[in-house]
Amino acid sequence: MPTSAETPSSPDRLAVVAGGGQVPAEVHQRVRQDPAVLEIDGFNLWYGTKQALHSISMPIPHGKVTALVGPSGCGKSTLLRSVNRLNDLVPSVRITGDMRLNGDSIYDPRMDVIELRKRMGMVFQRPNPFPMSIYENVVYALRIDGETSRTVLDEVCEKSLRGAALWDEVKDRLSDSALGLSGGQQQRLCIARAIAAEPEVLLLDEPCSALDPIATGKVEDLIQELRGHYSVLIVTHNMQQASRSSDYTAFMYLGRLIEYGPTTDIFTKPVLRETEAYVTGRFG
Amino acid sequence: MTRHIERQIEQLKEKILRVGTLVEEAISKSISAVINRDASLAQRVLASDEAIDRMEVEVEEECLKILALYQPVAADLRFVIAVLKINNDLERMGDLAKNIAKRVAQLEGATTVEIPPEIRPMAMQAEEMVRECLAAVINGDPVLARRIREQDDVVDDARQKIRKRLLAGIKDHPENVEALLRVNSITKHIERIADMATNVAEDVIYMVEGEIVRHRVDE
Repeated sequence: MPTSAETPSSPDRLAVVAGGGQVPAEVHQRVRQDPAVLEIDGFNLWYGTKQALHSISMPIPHGKVTALVGPSGCGKSTLLRSVNRLNDLVPSVRITGDMRLNGDSIYDPRMDVIELRKRMGMVFQRPNPFPMSIYENVVYALRIDGETSRTVLDEVCEKSLRGAALWDEVKDRLSDSALGLSGGQQQRLCIARAIAAEPEVLLLDEPCSALDPIATGKVEDLIQELRGHYSVLIVTHNMQQASRSSDYTAFMYLGRLIEYGPTTDIFTKPVLRETEAYVTGRFG
Repeated sequence: MTRHIERQIEQLKEKILRVGTLVEEAISKSISAVINRDASLAQRVLASDEAIDRMEVEVEEECLKILALYQPVAADLRFVIAVLKINNDLERMGDLAKNIAKRVAQLEGATTVEIPPEIRPMAMQAEEMVRECLAAVINGDPVLARRIREQDDVVDDARQKIRKRLLAGIKDHPENVEALLRVNSITKHIERIADMATNVAEDVIYMVEGEIVRHRVDE
């Protein structure tokens, strides 16, 4: 079989990690060349006594799409949910380390969590439109913030729906219930709702896992469109999705960051043979 | 459980090895045919080219199938891409062996024209490069691949020496110009075979290490 670029004599990192050990993450130089919107710094997380994240340090580049990949239980969703402090809602969670959003400490006790979450949009596996009209779904965040100007709301609604590549499909039925949309449209509506608040980071937690291939294609196209305008952090199980949609890919395993670099490098010539084994489907 | 793609890649490896073996044989026979002025051996080389061409198409179709159906990445992707290119180079080597074999008939009437004895070591060196490049492909051996790159200069130098000798021969015996130019073209084909083996070696380095070393002189 073809072999990896790395010398095969080094110990297997995945075996070390499985034995409870720690290995240094292989972070490519290129990742640090872009300015970071989010900086994850020595982050550890425990659910009760079980440690789910181990010393994760990584910058998330501004205006780029960064994918988190790894086998089930590797901590990618936990990491994503730590960014907007959704894990605060789990009573047994304990963390050390920090994350900084544009320089502001996310875990600073003085941080207003509601304000923090306004600065980040999140889209989940299953589309979760609110049981109201398409229009009201999109402008929901602005209404909560007290915005009443119809002109402003109309403008944001159109801009967000256009941004989510949904405008042409729904412009004539904005007052219809969002629940009448197809799954793919609902998911793009959720993305429109998320970007209406002009978030600094958009968090996508397996946004296509409940969608059919056509709807998945549309959401992936949309992610490409969002590139440059938004900083996107996406968790995905789908290797092809990561390779098609992202600029950077981070490979995680059992709560550790293993390798993090430009997506083209991770999928053509990863530095570590463990990453190669994962992306080629030899394990996981 | 073996993954489907691994089985496909194993089969592809076997197929490219078969193409390589046929090409290696064609080269070796074509050189023997020239040195021994053996027309029937040359004829067999010409006849074997069709099989090489057919296998080349088969390998290419196999590569395209793997790319389309399995969307390989990383080491698998590099392997399939390298095989696509190596396959092409091997087929070209087969054509060069055919060209060498054609010269045997063309030189049949020129019995007084000596085939320079230096052709034999030059050809042996080129054949060795072909054998080694196939071994490098099958074993994914970048060390061997690098050694093959170095050998290319030896073949180039040998050809220059033979060329000078042939030019001197043309000056001394202008009546033999046609036959001597044909001998010269044989050495050119051998040199090209060595170049192709070098290309294959470079593709092996890419396949294993992910680095494109072609056009780099500092290796």
